[in-house]
Amino acid sequence: MAEILVFCEKDDVAFELVSKGKEFKDALGMNLAAALLGKGAAGKADEYFAYGADKVYVSEDAALADFTAEVYAEALYQIAQKNGTEVLLVGSTKRGKELAPRVAQKLGAGCITDANDVRVEDGKLVADRYALGGNTVSSETIKTPQKVIAVMPKTFELGAKEAKQGEVVDVALDLKEPRTRILERREKAGETVNLEEAEAIVCIGRGLEKKEDLGIVEELAKTLGAELGCTKSLCTDWEWLSEERLVGLSGKKVSPRLCVSVGISGQIQYTVGIRGARITVAINKDENAPIFAMSDYGIVGDLYEVVPKLTEKLKSL
Amino acid sequence: MNIIVCLKQIPDLQQIRIKERKPILEGAPLIFGDMDKNALEEAVRIKEKVGEAKITALALGPAKLKDGIKEALAVGADEAVLLMDPAFAGSDTVATAKALAKAIQKIGEYDLILCGEGSTDSYSGQVGPRLAEMLDLPQITYVRELEVKDGKIQAVRNMEESFEVVEADLPAVVTVAAEINEPRLASLRQILQAARKPVQEWTPADLGLAEEEVGEKGAAVEVLSNLAPEEERKQVIFSGELDEIVDGLVDALTKEGVLGR
Ligand SMILES: Cc1cc2nc3c(=O)[nH]c(=O)nc-3n(C[C@H](O)[C@H](O)[C@H](O)COP(=O)(O)OP(=O)(O)OC[C@H]3O[C@@H](n4cnc5c(N)ncnc54)[C@H](O)[C@@H]3O)c2cc1C
Repeated sequence: MAEILVFCEKDDVAFELVSKGKEFKDALGMNLAAALLGKGAAGKADEYFAYGADKVYVSEDAALADFTAEVYAEALYQIAQKNGTEVLLVGSTKRGKELAPRVAQKLGAGCITDANDVRVEDGKLVADRYALGGNTVSSETIKTPQKVIAVMPKTFELGAKEAKQGEVVDVALDLKEPRTRILERREKAGETVNLEEAEAIVCIGRGLEKKEDLGIVEELAKTLGAELGCTKSLCTDWEWLSEERLVGLSGKKVSPRLCVSVGISGQIQYTVGIRGARITVAINKDENAPIFAMSDYGIVGDLYEVVPKLTEKLKSL
Repeated sequence: MNIIVCLKQIPDLQQIRIKERKPILEGAPLIFGDMDKNALEEAVRIKEKVGEAKITALALGPAKLKDGIKEALAVGADEAVLLMDPAFAGSDTVATAKALAKAIQKIGEYDLILCGEGSTDSYSGQVGPRLAEMLDLPQITYVRELEVKDGKIQAVRNMEESFEVVEADLPAVVTVAAEINEPRLASLRQILQAARKPVQEWTPADLGLAEEEVGEKGAAVEVLSNLAPEEERKQVIFSGELDEIVDGLVDALTKEGVLGR
């Protein structure tokens, strides 16, 4: 029987895909399998079964010790070819996103990355992803016999675990050592911020002149009971805030009751992240900033005057 | 050292208008993607460092590329190869990567292939890894620091939980992140000089590709619809004295019921 194969180097994301995969499996009349690769893979099988996998392919081959897209793509390719994989679902994490096109190329398959919805329509898998920088949502389908879709983490909910058994297949893979050697991994300062679940968010942009000034927006956020988010430069270029706080196309898509954008121009790659907010507010000194078109309420003014004043008023309520 | 930089022209995303949820691309000027410019800038910096290097700018796209490529040549590419044949129109990532890979093989000599980590418009990140696979090369993606030394590259990659320092022998495919550098602007002299740099135009036949293998016919993904989400915001702007406008905002937010925990 044709097979859906799930893989993500982050198990919690793989479990989301397996959970949703149960639905696709019924609609498409396929098996649901998962690939477990690298050190400690064998021990994870039961959890994959509990979320709904019928079968897992396990390899702890030494070449899989560290994730490299090149070798992981080859491993998935060999598993897919041997077992009749028709649909390969991977997590669109950074690693998944560089893996998916490489394995797709080996399979001669079309691929969709960063999918934020996948569904079966008329017996075909259809995936949505942002296009034109976030201006539009493109619904796409893959025409090749084999299909690779990389799905954004948190797109699908984790299903309930069930007492379920499955088949463990130890696969013997023919892998070469990776040609990229990992010399060092510098862990980023760990911060867990759950912007996706925040009820209120204050986002700060390049209108802020220096890191030391973060205090005034943090104070506003605290007063509103809000989490702090930011635009790209503040985390990736200047490293004032962790990338966990990035809102937008390459960051988090948020859906709070209230989202206040401070010193943010409102370019599409940012605004796509706040579309889900119920009420949006902008504070910007440029009355022509595009952010105002994306806002329910706006104040044209200098954030260094407006933000402290707003905080003061809110505190006095 | 031979460096090939892959560039994609995209519509200026801030200038796309939406009409009845459909994107109107006419009137939006074509520009190179942000991270493609970073890739070119990085090539120029490597050339400045190693001294002897040739940079080839490679681009697939509409006829307007002929004009647009001058910018890349002015900034520092030594020559350009353009794939502008109408048969290439409608290429998806598979068809694009296939044509680029064939062009790279036809160029023949390459040590480093640089791309952006994604295009600024679709950001699918597929072309770099697909090229690496077709050319059987190592791939290093999401690069924020790059160093070329003795036939090797060392790169710092920006991953989710860590910065990963990796090394590979050349040739290799590298995709760069936006934070790797600040692209320079060309001087007037460079812009004038660019006009004299060689530009070649290749058709599918020049690449040994049949027309069915390229463009829309060679695409593996079909777009069913491409529409802007429905979106309406109140767009109430407060103006006047600072005290008054802040009061106005606080009142409005109170009425909306979004204050308090
Ligand atoms: C593929 C791709 C993905 C991207 N993904 C993301 C993403 O996920 N998230 C993201 O945010 N960006 C993303 N970007 C970057 C995005 O295009 C913009 O560059 C970024 O959002 C701009 O951030 P900004 O609005 O803070 O800065 P700017 O555009 O520089 O705007 C700063 C604003 O601050 C205002 N200002 C300045 N001083 C003051 C003051 N004293 N008081 C009040 N206002 C002031 C200015 O009027 C201006 O409007 C992406 C880009 C690409 C190409």
